[in-house]
Amino acid sequence: MSFRHKHILGTEQLSREDIELILDTADSFKEINSREIKKVPTLRGKTIINLFYEASTRTRTSFEIAGKRLSADTINISASASSVVKGETLEDTAKNLQAMAPDIIVMRHSASGAPHYLAKRLDCSVINAGDGAHEHPSQALLDMLTMRQVKGRIEGLKVAIIGDIAHSRVARSNLYALTRMGATVRLAGPGTMIPPGIERLGAEVHTDINEAIRDADVIIMLRIQLERQGKTLLPTLREYARFYGLNPQNLKLAKDDAIVMHPGPMNRGVEISSFVADGPQNVILDQVENGVAVRMALLYLVAGGEQAEK
Amino acid sequence: MAKAETIILDRTGINRALTRIAHEILERNKGVEELVLVGIRTGGDHLAAQLAQRIAEIEGVQIPLGAVDVTMYRDDLGSRGSLPMGKTDIPFPLDGRQVVLVDDVLYTGRTIRAAMDALIDIGRPRTIQLAVLIDRGHRELPIRPDYIGRNVPTSREEKIQVDFDEQQAPVEVSLVKP
Repeated sequence: MSFRHKHILGTEQLSREDIELILDTADSFKEINSREIKKVPTLRGKTIINLFYEASTRTRTSFEIAGKRLSADTINISASASSVVKGETLEDTAKNLQAMAPDIIVMRHSASGAPHYLAKRLDCSVINAGDGAHEHPSQALLDMLTMRQVKGRIEGLKVAIIGDIAHSRVARSNLYALTRMGATVRLAGPGTMIPPGIERLGAEVHTDINEAIRDADVIIMLRIQLERQGKTLLPTLREYARFYGLNPQNLKLAKDDAIVMHPGPMNRGVEISSFVADGPQNVILDQVENGVAVRMALLYLVAGGEQAEK
Repeated sequence: MAKAETIILDRTGINRALTRIAHEILERNKGVEELVLVGIRTGGDHLAAQLAQRIAEIEGVQIPLGAVDVTMYRDDLGSRGSLPMGKTDIPFPLDGRQVVLVDDVLYTGRTIRAAMDALIDIGRPRTIQLAVLIDRGHRELPIRPDYIGRNVPTSREEKIQVDFDEQQAPVEVSLVKP
């Protein structure tokens, strides 16, 4: 089976077979990351531009390392240090980048759909590294790689995603991908943070965190994005921590071997208590490690898929 | 269009060839010291396991066995598109070892070049030798096997097919004409 996507814009477009291929490919790339010389010549001569309009350390570094381990030339552009601050439009930025003939653009943008806009206008492949509150496909895929590694499967798992579902691209990408792979997804958060109609995408929706956590195999805690919604959706952080934070007490409701995930960066003492964040059930650093392998797989697959479509 | 298939080697023939190669490997390397087998996925790894078993029967020593996937080292990503990737699994250091690389069919030599690149990225073997079950000719690179099961002159249009059973033991080698 070969990969037919030129772009990775979201997990919504990925079939079950696509997801399995990405995870299997990532599994093979993990071996390289444990070698003494962590580099293979696969993407030699390809140019990858990491175009980041939003602050990011983890994702950008992860994509950069992934590209470099495949021998591609990776260039980072962050909006704060680019012509964007001089008032250049996305369209003009796109045209200028196009003229430099990159092979892949990895893009993060605060506006939902920005990578789609770019993908329509450029000849190169575009990988979405997070667009607004829409999707963050590579995060969902690395979450699934971690689940599959620890649990041995994804099908049949009960996955609870807790927090600000409305603003979370991680929740949305995970919801699409996990339901497609046959997992049960439970969403929980304060009513103000649950988008109406989300159950139509196949999720169980709860406002009581305990119901979502009960018997869960996997718990994904989302970050409260203080910089996004300000104080409009929450009375106080203490109250949020009390009702929607994960702590050693409510974690007991989940299965004994349940794992705790977080896309990072964590607000300790808000959505996750330090006892849980440093506890034996967390796999948060495994997620980061798997992130490099998943991003290598995505870069590899679109680099070949681009040609396959011509 | 009907395809004509000629059987070149049956199970007995393959077994004879592998036993002979195992003896040749031991003779050339004067025993099993520092000797390791690395099979190229997929096909070569099954044959490498067979050779390791024969060497164990002859010498009474189990030599280290690894497998290498060359997808990441191929030179045709641009023209062929991405291929499904297998796992490279070499659970021992390669430095200073006498590596025998094992593949089922030797054709252009590009797979072998890729495999050698892959091995050299992992460690620095003292020697790399090459064992193949079938050499069908048409080399595009200066690569020559050290151990050959059978030379089969072919045309570029023909295909060599090596079949394995469920236990990954080789069953039959056939020449498929278009």
